[in-house]
Amino acid sequence: MPEPTLLPGPPPHDRHAAPLGALTSTGDGAVRARGLTKAYPAGKGGTPFVAVDGIDFDVRPAEAFGFLGPNGAGKSSTMRMIGCVTPPTDGTMHVLGMDAVRDGRRIRARIGSVPQDDLLDQELTVRENLLIYGRYFGMTKAAISRRTGELLDFARLADRADAPVRALSGGMRRRLTIARALINSPDLVLLDEPTTGLDPQARHLLWERLYELKRNGVTLILTTHYMDEAERLCDRLAVMDHGRVVTAGSPRALIDTHVTREVLELFVDPAAGERVADAAEAIAQRVEVLPDRVLCYVDDGERALARAHERGLGAHGALVRCATLEDVFLALTGRSLVE
Amino acid sequence: MDVSISGVRAASYYALLRYRRVWRGTVVISVANPALFLTGLGFGLGKLVDHRHSHYLAGASYIAFLAPGLLAAAMMQTAYIESAGPVHNAARSGGAYRVATATPVTPAEVFLAQLSFVAFRVATSATAFALVAWAFRAVPIAGVLPLILAATLTGLAFGAPIAAWAVTMEHPATINAGFRFVIMPMYMFCGTFFAVSQLPGWLQAIVRVTPLYHGVTLCRAASTGHAGPLATIAHLGYLAALVGIGALAGTRSFRRVLTA
Repeated sequence: MPEPTLLPGPPPHDRHAAPLGALTSTGDGAVRARGLTKAYPAGKGGTPFVAVDGIDFDVRPAEAFGFLGPNGAGKSSTMRMIGCVTPPTDGTMHVLGMDAVRDGRRIRARIGSVPQDDLLDQELTVRENLLIYGRYFGMTKAAISRRTGELLDFARLADRADAPVRALSGGMRRRLTIARALINSPDLVLLDEPTTGLDPQARHLLWERLYELKRNGVTLILTTHYMDEAERLCDRLAVMDHGRVVTAGSPRALIDTHVTREVLELFVDPAAGERVADAAEAIAQRVEVLPDRVLCYVDDGERALARAHERGLGAHGALVRCATLEDVFLALTGRSLVE
Repeated sequence: MDVSISGVRAASYYALLRYRRVWRGTVVISVANPALFLTGLGFGLGKLVDHRHSHYLAGASYIAFLAPGLLAAAMMQTAYIESAGPVHNAARSGGAYRVATATPVTPAEVFLAQLSFVAFRVATSATAFALVAWAFRAVPIAGVLPLILAATLTGLAFGAPIAAWAVTMEHPATINAGFRFVIMPMYMFCGTFFAVSQLPGWLQAIVRVTPLYHGVTLCRAASTGHAGPLATIAHLGYLAALVGIGALAGTRSFRRVLTA
């Protein structure tokens, strides 16, 4: 059976008269933010809270752009501003060449949104959920019906079209949420933690679908806590912490800039961690102590391992691996739990 | 205000699609409730009241006095039930309003769609109630249409401000408290079951500023056709003003909460 493909959808409005390539005519790309700020007023007895603190970023058309950061870093607030759901407190933002404050309705008409918690109506069927969403975009029933067939094939839910949403698995609901976000043939899709809570098979299937969207020229902006997901899906990333962009670039560039090429992991008894770390300072550019191991950030892991043996560092096991985005993330945002 | 008819229609479509699943039950309730109340209170209790020829009824039978008041009070309750809990739930972080406002639909359109749905529910319930009351000979045929219109206005006078408030509500327990401490006292004291003039003077003064008093009095006047034009205008104006204030407050509170 051939793989289902997402055919370019029919334009629900004349807003689609401008092709994706026309975005560049504004010089703004898919999204352009300058000094973007979101502050929330003080609640009862509380203090004002700045969720996003004057950030700048650009997202190019047809690229996959990710926001990484610990909880409370400002990712979701940023996504809500890009989606024109909440206005910025300060700064400017252009989405698809339009002003996010002035043209919110027109921008939302060209965006697909995949919220973190699905927001599907559990009582309605799969088909009815798509029907409702299509109506929000002013689509006719006939247009929604045509599009629904394509989207259910794309999401591999064609055999569940008339099942109530409450009967679907978590992975199916997530795929339905993505299908729903595509009902209006959006130029830009916002995905807030798209695979959180899914099993590995469901994640891989979702990634496949997202790759396909990207291949079809759809711009993807996503937040995720999974570093492997960010590395696989994103062309470029912005790491956020405390409402600011700490760094941005391609996954490879971030690894090259912020951590060494390789990491030597020395497995140690918990009591010996600090002693081994002190000794490892001589063979590594940076050392980090974890409860059961010492991480040595090095450019040549094998050579560092040999030197560790020569010096008798006292590890009962060792592993050399390439540095990952997770190393970058933890180096930049720390290991302390934020809730 | 960023409102388009197509946006309101799109947002209303969702409420109607959901209602399509439960409409049979609501029709049964809309017919059975007035039938039970008018049988029990109108014929049962009414026999006792009519026997005493109370001057407070101004020559009318108790069932003819009760039916319009009961209808106004029922529309208040319908408006509360359709506007408080559903709006609170839909506005929460996982609620249906969050889905709609990520699309071209604006918060003001979501609010107006909610109000339209309440108008639909109140109007259809009022129609069922008025027809049952007519079948019980509690309302003359000429009074049925004016009664439906007056009752719908009464329901909207509650529905608009309640929705405006419910979207800002933080705790669902507030809904029960509102029903217990605001709706029920109005139901009991605003002229539904007896003439307000029977109450002590100080309580009459309080009752006369409540929306249900104006709804009950307007419905009673619409049903019997006995009403001074000035009094009718005053009741209409009061209720219409409440709809207007509620609509204004609702468009603002929905925008404030859904774009926060």
